[in-house]
Formats: sequence, structure tokens, C-alpha cells
Amino acid sequence: MITVLFFGKLAEIAGAKAELQAVASTDELLEQLRLQYPALAAEKYIVAVDKKTITGNTSLTDHCTVALLPPFSGG
Amino acid sequence: MNNDRLYERYQRQLILQGFGAEAQQKLLAANVLVIGAGGLGCPVLQYLVAAGVDEVGIVDDDVVSLSNLHRQVLYNVQMIGRPKVECAVEVLQQLNPQTRFAVYKERLTNKNAATILSRFDVIVDGSDNFATRYLVNDACVLLNKPLVYGAISQYEGQVAVFNVQQNNERSVNYRDLFPHPPKDGEVLNCAEAGVLGVLPGIIGSMMANETIKLITSTGVLLANKLFTYNTLNNQTYELELSKQAETASLIPPTIETLQQTDYKWLCSTTIVVNEIDATAFNQLIAEGTAAIVDVREKDEQPVVTEFSHMQIPLNSLQQHTAWLTEDTIVVFCLSGKRSAQAAKQLAEVFGASKKIYSLKGGIQQWMQQQQTV
Repeated sequence: MITVLFFGKLAEIAGAKAELQAVASTDELLEQLRLQYPALAAEKYIVAVDKKTITGNTSLTDHCTVALLPPFSGG
Repeated sequence: MNNDRLYERYQRQLILQGFGAEAQQKLLAANVLVIGAGGLGCPVLQYLVAAGVDEVGIVDDDVVSLSNLHRQVLYNVQMIGRPKVECAVEVLQQLNPQTRFAVYKERLTNKNAATILSRFDVIVDGSDNFATRYLVNDACVLLNKPLVYGAISQYEGQVAVFNVQQNNERSVNYRDLFPHPPKDGEVLNCAEAGVLGVLPGIIGSMMANETIKLITSTGVLLANKLFTYNTLNNQTYELELSKQAETASLIPPTIETLQQTDYKWLCSTTIVVNEIDATAFNQLIAEGTAAIVDVREKDEQPVVTEFSHMQIPLNSLQQHTAWLTEDTIVVFCLSGKRSAQAAKQLAEVFGASKKIYSLKGGIQQWMQQQQTV
């Protein structure tokens, strides 16, 4: 199982937390999430795997946690 | 002030183990620039001034409005319509008469950023839009200034310390986290998405804490980290950030290039219409420096004789913007709807070079209020 955490506006789309069957990589995971929550496609966010931000496609292990965080501008 | 009074004022932090006189001396010699005197800026300013920071700079071009008061706790109802920087200094100077203030009653722009930022050792970003956030970040990188960052949305906040010198290198900056500004409408601001009043109090206090730690070399900073907090479930999350190869290519190479970079355009900032109430409207009339413009059609009722103004109907506004030479423009119509459109059109033409306001509720509501006063 992979735990996915959604922050900010993304949590309104997908809920704060989701558990998904293990997939091999972040690209696969994001593809799956976009199918499940089409509204995510229009959002801007960064991806972190086990609390480390990533940029390119990253392989995932079972029981890892993936977080999706949008930028905030408010002050 | 003699040393006894100094000791008494800061006694509780002087006796603090791991802080003491040495850390206090650093605060008493420090200078910090706070960008934005809003939700985040208020607690940052209060705690930095209370802690004894020698000189505090404040940049803000906004005035106090009623909808600010639920979270901007430096201000009160008497201050509505007055510039935030002036009100903030009034309150803060009473809190600590020793603090020196540098007041910038203007918007931070690509033109003035380097001049203003270069005077200060630490920069704190409590602004409320991406254009300013990217501008501040890039300027801090170019000027080698540490940047204490905080941002909020609805029930969540983020805190980090960017670009701080540690182990002979600079920690990550905002561009390592979010390389490119979001496009128009992709991310909502507080005015559109709402914010719970306590949230900026919590996040702003954390920013003040990081600033004090940075100045006094106390504890561990949120450098190369992003801290997030959710007020609904009290969950915190701390991410490890790393440098990105492309960051350097995204930041203007020199201050001169920064001055030519249009951050507003990069962020294609959604134009938010600044609506003012009758009190603020009357004050602008009394000051006599703003252009007051009726955007209704000629001969529309009621005829306004109470104050002098220009008449430029909304449909011909675009052709007559050259008539508006004043720095502040206030537009009004019957209900406030057409004037909001007019304010938007003017904001597109003038950008940040002028302050543009629309009278909320229109001249109809204004006249009713004048009768009841």
C-alpha cells in the first residue's frame, strides 16, 4: 500500500489522505490519481516521497508516503 | 535607556538557558525588513519589536480595512482607511520606544526591491501574492540575504528559511521548491479563498521565531526544509528540500535584469478590485490628492454635487486614461458594479503604478450613509 497525502486545495479534490495499491513509480501513481480525480490535472503542486521533494520520475516502495503540496500565496 | 531598564525589559529571555546576554546583544544590533504588514506581518512585527530588534523596516502600500481586523491584530476600527505602515509604527513604537523604524509606504516592485532590501540583514516575506514572493526570493538570492518565508491558505500554512548561509553554502530558495510562478487563477489568494483569523497568527509567530533564531544563532533553522501546519487537525508535516539544477537559470542573473523582469506579468496576477467603503472614500476626498471619477453615463441620477469629480463614462474610459495623472484614482457609479469593472480596466492599464479604488455599494449607498451620519 502507498499512502498519499493531499495538502491545501488538493485535499478539497481528493480528500486529505488516500491509500492506493503499490505502484512502481511516481509517474504511474500520478497517472492513476489523475484518472481517479480529473480535477487534479488543472492544479499546480510539488511531489514529495517519504518527506523528500522530488522532481523527475521516482521509484516507489511498498508502504511509502507520497505528499502533494500546492504553493500558497496568502499572507 | 540605562542598562537596568534594558535588563528588566528583556529579563525573561536573558535568563533563558541557551539565549542570554549574547543573543540579546545580537537582537539589539539587528535589522530586519518585513514585507507586508498584513496577517503574517502583524505578528512578525509585534514579536520582533518586543524581542528588541534594533531596526525594523516595513513595506506596505495598503490601508486598513474592516475585513482585515479579524486577523491583522495590530489594527483597530479607528484606523480604517489609514495606511497600515503608519498605524503599525504607532502601535509598535508604544510597545518598544527603543525600536527604530524604516517605513516604506509603497508597493515592493522590481524597480525598488534591490534598493530597499540591500539596507537590511534579514528579509521576512509576509506578502500576499506570487508576484511579490518570486520578486523577493530572486532579489534575496542576488543580494545574498536570508529570507524567512511564510504563506497561508484557508486552514493551512507553510514556513521555511531560504537562502541562509550554512556550512559555506546557501540553503535552498523558493525557486528550488516551486520553480515557476503559477498561472492566472491556478491558486487562490486569501481574498478569494478565505482564511481563518488565527492561522496567520500561528504562522507569523513561527516566522518571528525563525527570524530570532537566525539572528541569534540559536537552535535549528527551517533551512532546506518546508514546515506545514494544518489548523483543522493540528497536523504538521516537514519536508526535506534539495537544490535543483535549473534554479540558477530561472533567477535573473543581475540586479539590472531583475529590474527589467515583469513579475506581475510572469504570475499573470489576477486583478483584484480594491473596494473602499464610505469612510475611506470620504477620507480620500478630504485629502484632495486623488482623482475621483464618476463612470456613469452623462445625465444619470442622482447628480453628485457634494464633492468635485470628473465624469468619464465606463465605455469611453479606455480612451481617456491619459486624463488620469494622479497617483490615486477612485471610481464610482450608482451601485458599485460598473465602477468595479472600471477599476479593473484601470488596473490593467496602470498596473502597480497607481492605486485604484472602487466605491463599494456605489453613490446610492454613499448618499444614504451621509444622511444617517
